[in-house]
Amino acid sequence: MIQTLFGSTEVKPTFLDRMKEAVTRTRESLGERIDEIASWNKQIDRNTLDELEATLLASDLGSATTGQVLGNLREKADHKQIGNVGELKRLLKEELLAILKSAERPAKRVEGPEVILVVGVNGTGKTTTIGKLAHTLRAQGKTVLLAAADTFRAAAIEQLEVWGDRTGAEVIKTKPGGDPSAVLFDALQAASARKTDYVIVDTAGRLHTKTNLMSELEKMTRTAQRVVPGAPHEVLLVMDATTGQNGLQQARLFTQSAGVTGIVLTKLDGTAKGGVVVAISRELGLPVRYVGVGEKQGDLLPFNAQDFVDSLFA
Amino acid sequence: MFENLQDKLQRAFKNLRGQGTLTEENIGEALRELRLALLEADVNFKVVKELIDHIREKALGQEVMTALSPADQVVKIVRDELVAILGKDTAKLKFGTPPTVVLMAGLQGSGKTTTSGKLASWLKKGGHRPLLVSVDVYRPAAREQLKVVAQAIGAAIYEGKVEEANTARGGSEALPPLTKEVERLAREARREAVNSGCDVLIVDTAGRLHIDDQLMEEMQSLKKLLNPQEILFVADAMTGQDAVNSADEFHKKLALTGVVLTKMDGDARGGAALSIRNVTGQPIKFIGVGEKYDALEPFHPDRIVGRILGMGDILSLIEKAEEKIDKKKSEDFAKKVLAGDGFSLDDFREQLRQVKKLGSLSSIVKMMPSVGPFAGMQKVADNFDDKELVRVEAIINSMTDHERGHHEVINGSRRKRIARGSGTSVQEVNQLLRQYAQMKKMFKSMGRGKLDRRFAGFKMPGM
Ligand SMILES: Nc1nc2c(ncn2[C@@H]2O[C@H](COP(=O)(O)OP(=O)(O)OP(=O)(O)O)[C@@H](O)[C@H]2O)c(=O)[nH]1
Ligand SMILES: Nc1nc2c(ncn2[C@@H]2O[C@H](COP(=O)(O)OP(=O)(O)O)[C@@H](O)[C@H]2O)c(=O)[nH]1
Ligand SMILES: [Mg+2]
Ligand SMILES: [Mg+2]
Repeated sequence: MIQTLFGSTEVKPTFLDRMKEAVTRTRESLGERIDEIASWNKQIDRNTLDELEATLLASDLGSATTGQVLGNLREKADHKQIGNVGELKRLLKEELLAILKSAERPAKRVEGPEVILVVGVNGTGKTTTIGKLAHTLRAQGKTVLLAAADTFRAAAIEQLEVWGDRTGAEVIKTKPGGDPSAVLFDALQAASARKTDYVIVDTAGRLHTKTNLMSELEKMTRTAQRVVPGAPHEVLLVMDATTGQNGLQQARLFTQSAGVTGIVLTKLDGTAKGGVVVAISRELGLPVRYVGVGEKQGDLLPFNAQDFVDSLFA
Repeated sequence: MFENLQDKLQRAFKNLRGQGTLTEENIGEALRELRLALLEADVNFKVVKELIDHIREKALGQEVMTALSPADQVVKIVRDELVAILGKDTAKLKFGTPPTVVLMAGLQGSGKTTTSGKLASWLKKGGHRPLLVSVDVYRPAAREQLKVVAQAIGAAIYEGKVEEANTARGGSEALPPLTKEVERLAREARREAVNSGCDVLIVDTAGRLHIDDQLMEEMQSLKKLLNPQEILFVADAMTGQDAVNSADEFHKKLALTGVVLTKMDGDARGGAALSIRNVTGQPIKFIGVGEKYDALEPFHPDRIVGRILGMGDILSLIEKAEEKIDKKKSEDFAKKVLAGDGFSLDDFREQLRQVKKLGSLSSIVKMMPSVGPFAGMQKVADNFDDKELVRVEAIINSMTDHERGHHEVINGSRRKRIARGSGTSVQEVNQLLRQYAQMKKMFKSMGRGKLDRRFAGFKMPGM
């Protein structure tokens, strides 16, 4: 039993190894190890633990977050003399939920045009998300202006225009290759003059490693501030649920340059779980605002941490 | 913060000294580090497990070599293993009786349209006459996008016509797929290729989820209709664990012939390459390295392995070292240092000579990764004058045997003499002696200083 549960130290980076590291950070003696075993119920064998770990890793939580979560779980389990696998799972979900909840914060209420800047790496679903957002807001009777500040990608403006037509939101644009800040400026002036409720700004996808493109975003936020004090009120980082550990770096650098206030996790209608947002919540304290679950205009949902955590184990 | 895997492995092996064999016990921690590195790089965790098991098997019982530290040795095994999985460079397309058809496939936003343009541009440069067609009748402005791309690169495109109302994706209701429309476009495009003497037809398709049965069926009927020589799976280098699911499903339904890994110009480690290769068995033919249409490169397994492990081309460095470093001399040196005989200026000179055999110092630095602790090294290397090595050697050559063994006797007047003899300045002599003293101290504190730290600890004047 002892052997199968914990193996020997040399064999593998076991679940327990990492938990121990997170919790104790000291070399364990054999005596200590036996004590730990005693606090786990016999029902919880090595396979269960490996499975839980596999679930988290497969969801893209990353090894650091997985290690921490399992470490905390162990502490709790020790404390509560955990009874069975179901109970263990419930505790694990609680742990994940706590991380996501701690990053949550209420959206600011804003007078006058609320400016939403939408950013992210290439192909994550920014334009589509903007279309869906516009649809949602229009359905609530709000007026919406779309700023076509992706002047770089081929036919990006046309793509946004289709969404404008669909949702009854006017699109402010310039010619391909034009200055994104100039489009933004025009859109904000128009919105201020017309007392539009929302301005949503589409930006070109960019890799967070390209410093020139990131400073372009900085410039855009400065422009926004100049025209509408306090703008952009919301900066949404659109992240594809298939994204792996690189998502953390994306969140870090986009926050540095553009002051991200929340994440939209797209393409959750696929099989990817998008667990990297747990790592992002944990390390950067960024909340997830919406999730994308398809390509239709109604396929945008407010983020629900409980549902999300449940989906990791589904 | 960002510790190189190499360093971690060195640390993992800190207790393994001298000679011996790799055992369960002494490679355990190294394999743990390796596992974390692979997971961090987004290699699928099941693939990681397989790999680690395999590598453990290979490593066990191997003799600890003298020219390579155990850490390097394990890295080498890992590297060989990963390169073997990834296969050889294959920046090639298969051609059939014209028109050769290349069908692009992949998830939403992976880079299919851009890559279609890049391929057309690449083919044009190779003397082909590609024709582009987009059968993405779903995403708003998708066909318009390819048209703009074609114009930008001056490639031919079959535009065809699609009812406006048909570009339906994103509306309020789920609409049935427009497979008939898609097939019609494809058929027309092929006819156009034949009529206009284009020898390659590149078919850009709508992004789709691998679990979207209707759209996957549409892909299958396109395949049946066009009988493509190549079906390329276009995947984003930032993809995480899910890469195995999508790649597997696309491969099962379509029998892919190759993979293009896009957005490699970022800092994603690209572990998905291993996952995808592992489930499809198909070669990665190209990588996308930018948004411009010439940003397409052949895939080098070596490079991506270094990237996945976060170690740049340090691997080729190991190989080079292994070939060139005189094993006997290294052994003698290691023994001497280990025996506590210290590290004389003679030894220093010998090390210099060994390093010189590896090529210029700047070329060595260029092989190091450009991230983490090595960031900025490249710039230094560009400014680094390899003549420094020659100068340092000249300085040591100008010393007497006694001085080389007892550097503490080298006083002011001796320094002047040495500078004159070597055609250098007293400052340069001072600098060298300072650095030598540092190295000596380092070796001493290492105690068990295996020679392999020669790269890590080797600091040259001016660096
Ligand atoms: N940095 C970078 N961006 C790329 C690369 N390949 C494609 N992109 C960008 O990724 C985004 C999506 O590319 P598309 O070519 O439209 O992708 P797609 O697969 O055709 O997308 P859908 O048709 O919407 O499914 C665009 O912003 C491209 O400019 C690459 O190698 N590097
Ligand atoms: N399945 C699915 N596809 C999406 C979702 N959001 C966006 N897409 C698709 O992803 C692709 C890229 O989206 P786009 O909005 O052009 O991305 P952008 O480059 O970030 O603006 C398009 O094919 C969209 O239809 C989503 O939630 N689910
Ligand atoms: Mg867009
Ligand atoms: Mg496309």
